[in-house]
Amino acid sequence: MTTEHHEQDLAALEQRFQARIDAEEKIEPKDWMPEKYRQNLIRQISQHAHSEVIGMQPEGNWITRAPSLHRKCILLAKVQDEGGHGLYLYSAAETLGASREEMNQALHDGRAKYASIFNYPALTWADIGAIGWLVDGAAIVNQVSLQRTSYGPYARGMVRICKEESFHQRQGYHIMMTLARGTAEQKAMAQDSLNRFWWPSLMMFGPHDAESAHSAQSMKWKIKRQSNDELRQKFVDQSVKQAEVIGLSIPDPDLQWNEQRGHYDFGDIDWEEFNRVINGDGPCNRQRLAHHVKAHEEGQWVRDAISAHEAKKRQRNDRQAA
Amino acid sequence: MSEHMKLYEVFIRSRRGLDHKHVGSLHAEDPAQALEYARDVYTRRSEGVSIWVVNSSDIVASQEGDCESFYDPLDDKPYRHATHYQLPDEVNNM
Amino acid sequence: MNAANRHEAVLQYAVRLGDDALVLGHRLSEWCSNAPFLEEDLALTNVALDYIGRARMFYSYAAELSGDGRSEDSFAYLRDCREFTNLLLHELPRGDFAFTMARQYLVDEYALAFMEALLESADPQLAGIAAKAVKESRYHLRRSRDWMLRLGDGTEESHRRLQSAIDDLWGYTHELFELDELEQELVAAGIAVDSAALRPAWDAAVRATLDEATIAVPAGDWSVRGGRQGIHTESLGHLLSELQFMQRAYPGLEW
Repeated sequence: MTTEHHEQDLAALEQRFQARIDAEEKIEPKDWMPEKYRQNLIRQISQHAHSEVIGMQPEGNWITRAPSLHRKCILLAKVQDEGGHGLYLYSAAETLGASREEMNQALHDGRAKYASIFNYPALTWADIGAIGWLVDGAAIVNQVSLQRTSYGPYARGMVRICKEESFHQRQGYHIMMTLARGTAEQKAMAQDSLNRFWWPSLMMFGPHDAESAHSAQSMKWKIKRQSNDELRQKFVDQSVKQAEVIGLSIPDPDLQWNEQRGHYDFGDIDWEEFNRVINGDGPCNRQRLAHHVKAHEEGQWVRDAISAHEAKKRQRNDRQAA
Repeated sequence: MSEHMKLYEVFIRSRRGLDHKHVGSLHAEDPAQALEYARDVYTRRSEGVSIWVVNSSDIVASQEGDCESFYDPLDDKPYRHATHYQLPDEVNNM
Repeated sequence: MNAANRHEAVLQYAVRLGDDALVLGHRLSEWCSNAPFLEEDLALTNVALDYIGRARMFYSYAAELSGDGRSEDSFAYLRDCREFTNLLLHELPRGDFAFTMARQYLVDEYALAFMEALLESADPQLAGIAAKAVKESRYHLRRSRDWMLRLGDGTEESHRRLQSAIDDLWGYTHELFELDELEQELVAAGIAVDSAALRPAWDAAVRATLDEATIAVPAGDWSVRGGRQGIHTESLGHLLSELQFMQRAYPGLEW
């Protein structure tokens, strides 16, 4: 085939691909897809998976200290779910030809990112409430939108995750509600936590649409279905009421209902902080990565033992068969 | 992970009377372990009454390129569908 | 044993079994986000959840028997080291993955037989808890036994680690099969499990597994005991200081 022919074919394939996307058909693993679509998806899905798995740490840090057995079970089940969600997502990325090992390596090398929110420390029990309410709340807004993403395995993973996550946000809010109705000290603990997690939660939706590196192409390919700013607005709108109901105040003096827009206006996000944290200079970046690397390295001999055992078993079976 | 463990596809029957449905994949040493992990990973809310695990490399899949010869020929037989037959309203729930 | 004494004895027995389950569940929960790979992380957490759930059932029953307003959390959060009565094997720090799995295997062989026997208890509530626990332990044992074979007959390193774990654990297994006066009386009343009677079958099963895993059975020349009397390893105090931190720092609050 000449190059010219090849290019023509490619253009035709891309056109057919885009037509399929425009018609709201899902793309499935064995379908032809532009290499950039594949790469873009692997980047986004693995980043999402890493976020789930790194996200186990701030909350995991409270499992052994949960204040009641009931809360302990809820938290343990919740953190386990995050691990499960990571696994569903790795599984979706693997259908695109990325191996779990490669994705792990990219995380450890700092080539792959994860949600910057998890680089903030969970210092008090109220933070477990705030993380569930706000961080999972923000994640759900994003994930609900992604249930309609164009790549089939990713969309199906999202449906599954959304179904499981609804309890995550509710349990977090329930913790905050209990604290807000408790003693003055407990209420202060809840307010302090809201103060620390509010702005980082807004940052979870990423840069403004105009500045988002991957947004335009991702929207065209329907990997993303709604823009960062749209989703962020949705989150702010729903959270204001939720804070009000339990008598906590959102730490934003510019927050105000805008009758004309039918939405809340809110203050400027500190993008300098966002960039600093996403690029490695947040309060816990080093610990989060070190924790993951350590668990992975300490698990090496276990994984080696599995392969060795499996090989021995196979040899024995072969000998018996012979 | 791929260097250590095989990839398995997981199928779950959520209720008696329903088909097994593909839910995702996981890594395991052998089919027995894959079955256990499928239980731990994919049925945390008792979503299943039966689990199948299949070594991913054992699945033979049709290719997109086969579509025309595989499925199009089946597309010209509208008489195989119930909606092909216009019946009077009184008996249309047949 | 008169009725009042028996009532108190059953309460204490339930607390003992609750303590066993809680401290082991705590140790297992420490693996969350630290397991060798993600699938195993989820699986270990399931076992941890089973054990903490088991602790809650035993404590809730004890709370009900106490009739003085205590709750499951009173038992977990408001007793000090000397009042905890778990068998020591359950509280040992999690160690490496070989240690955790070896301990789990030894416990699972015991727990399954124990809970099967508790099904026959004259106390319907204890028998009810056992019915749930039996199903869980059957699955736990299947898992931990497989891991024994994998690690024992895996690489040189995994073999060495597993052997050393079994060696370090062995001396803590003896008290699993010892009954003090309280338990003897409850056995006589048909309520408690005669754990001494479980030993021969446990020995045989464990020896068979170790043999298949190419692990040597340790010489039985050392033993540590005292859990049921509240004589613990030093590690339990640290476990409790973490477990109870919130309730101790902010006494009497709802969370």
